[in-house]
Amino acid sequence: MRFLFERDTWQEVYDSLSKNVLRTVLTMVGVWWGVLLLIGLLGSAKGLENSFNRLFGSFATNSVFVWGQSTSKPFKGFQEGKQVVLTLFDAKKLEENIDGVEFVVPRNQNQGVVTRNFLSGSFGVNGDYPLLDRVQKKKMIHGRFINQNDIDSNKKVVIISEEIYKQLFQKDAEMIGEYIQINSINFMVVGMFENGNRSMGPTSDLHIPFTTFQQIYNQGNDIGWIMITGKPEADITQIEADAKLMLKNLHRIHPEDDRAFGSFNLGKEFAKLTGFLTGMQFLTWFVGIATLIAGVFAIGNILLITVKERTKEIGVRRALGATPFEIKRQIIVEAVFITLIAGFLGIISGGWILIGLNAAFGQGDEAVLVNASVPIAVVFIALLILVFLGTLIGLIPAFKATSIKPIDALREE
Amino acid sequence: MLKINKLHKSYPIGDSSLHVLKGIDLSVESGEMVAIMGSSGSGKSTLLNIIGMLDEADEGDYILDNVPIKNLTEKKAAIYRNRFLGFIFQSFNLINYKNALDNVALPLYYQGLKRKERIEKGLFHLEKVGLKAWAEHLPSELSGGQKQRVAIARALAADPKLLLADEPTGALDTTTSYEIMAFLQQLNDEGKTILIVTHEEDIADMCKRIVRLVDGVIMEDKFVEQVRASQYV
Ligand SMILES: Nc1ncnc2c1ncn2[C@@H]1O[C@H](COP(=O)(O)OP(=O)(O)OP(=O)(O)O)[C@@H](O)[C@H]1O
Ligand SMILES: [Mg+2]
Repeated sequence: MRFLFERDTWQEVYDSLSKNVLRTVLTMVGVWWGVLLLIGLLGSAKGLENSFNRLFGSFATNSVFVWGQSTSKPFKGFQEGKQVVLTLFDAKKLEENIDGVEFVVPRNQNQGVVTRNFLSGSFGVNGDYPLLDRVQKKKMIHGRFINQNDIDSNKKVVIISEEIYKQLFQKDAEMIGEYIQINSINFMVVGMFENGNRSMGPTSDLHIPFTTFQQIYNQGNDIGWIMITGKPEADITQIEADAKLMLKNLHRIHPEDDRAFGSFNLGKEFAKLTGFLTGMQFLTWFVGIATLIAGVFAIGNILLITVKERTKEIGVRRALGATPFEIKRQIIVEAVFITLIAGFLGIISGGWILIGLNAAFGQGDEAVLVNASVPIAVVFIALLILVFLGTLIGLIPAFKATSIKPIDALREE
Repeated sequence: MLKINKLHKSYPIGDSSLHVLKGIDLSVESGEMVAIMGSSGSGKSTLLNIIGMLDEADEGDYILDNVPIKNLTEKKAAIYRNRFLGFIFQSFNLINYKNALDNVALPLYYQGLKRKERIEKGLFHLEKVGLKAWAEHLPSELSGGQKQRVAIARALAADPKLLLADEPTGALDTTTSYEIMAFLQQLNDEGKTILIVTHEEDIADMCKRIVRLVDGVIMEDKFVEQVRASQYV
């Protein structure tokens, strides 16, 4: 290894590379471009993934939403077209009997006119259990979410979104403990949550205790829809099928009636997205590495030409006592050196590209790319691969250089 | 110094082969200065290259400094070339992107000497050939005679026992040729064994012994009265 620290080794590398600057630069471009592409694409893919994670981060993604519609098949004496309405009893049954279920969250929603002093607006009024906060995390800015006590005593309390606050309150006005009217009934504000990501649906809504909702809208045990959350390892598609079958049973609906219940399988959609992301990352690796290999091969090719041009020189060196090992070593050092330099430049410019992407697409709440970046470990692995490939590709011209007799090398013109 | 016995060498030419050396017997003692002569294609260079271990014989024995040279690995051959032999070529074969000093010091690099030592020795030998002032010059900035003197300095740098010169004056005019010969004679006076391939009679006359090759065999091998080159310079 001592030769790596000797001036002569590097003088030789410098001499032979600087003899043809243009060619050296052109070969380096190959590797540089490969690394740049790899870093740029990987970083963007990561940024996209981060942005999805931020979007769904507060959401239990392994979930399915189910609501009642109307039947499309007659069954057990019932005509088709029977209206199906889910009840709290259904929710309880599902929670108790379906495998892999983590939470079953019954929900109700209605449109309501909300007023305060002389300001008013029409907002979505949700009747919810404290459980909702577990599956669809609300970022509370002030106060708290609904608690069990609110449920048990049908309290007239309300949690509003930041958006509603802006519409009903003066700027910077205190809101906790204040009253607003929902359908002319007084509710005390106990909390305010941050506007979620708008892409996830309207946030101009408010939450009141489920039991209070039942009371003021006279709902009885009927519920609007159910959110079923599977355990992290559970198959959400299976849960959806099981749940629907069970609901059909409970409501005396034909087992093959596909229209009786509507559903939206968030878990499945999310899996599609993650699959897309994984695919993109795979593609990125593939493209990047293929480009890299092409670049390294370009270097090998050029070195081969260089070696051919230097056959005579190599012959002279061997006549002067250079062993084949010394000749090969020098050529490999050259190969590794330009691969590494080009790789470093690729990493640096790749970093700049990511900085640029972050500046252009990574700002604000709606950013397409969030923190587009490449882990440092990946960079090191890439460098290691470069060293390895550089060595490998240097071997070809190196062996070529020493495969002929010195006299044949000397005869070369 | 060196002993050659029934040496044969053929080159494959298409399907047949060209028998170039047809049983050469030659022995050279330490301190000799031998001219190898012969017409073009008679096998002079082939013989010298085998002696220089740049090429291998097909048949026969070759003993250099009591070491039988046969089936050497390329690594061993490289080490022998580095320690025992100095080469001087007709076309100089300097490395064009290295200056005179670096060219001269190159064999020392392959001997594993430290840079400081190499520069010292390199300058010493450049001074011997009268080119110390040209140390930093590239070969392209030197005349033919100067290039050959740099090449001689390079051949001498590793202090070899045997100097092999294939038409060292072939690319030079008469005056410059005599200068080079004067220098080689001086080295021989100091004890170096020298083999020179040439087809110029006047150059051969400046050696102490003339070996004539005709068609791959030695036709004549005689010791001669050496003509001193210095008288023409
Ligand atoms: N590598 C080779 N392959 C095939 N034939 C060769 C090879 N080297 C030399 N020869 C042939 O061998 C013969 C002797 O060549 P050599 O170079 O030894 O001659 P020479 O005496 O040095 O001639 P010159 O005075 O022209 O240099 C020539 O006919 C040449 O064509
Ligand atoms: Mg010849």
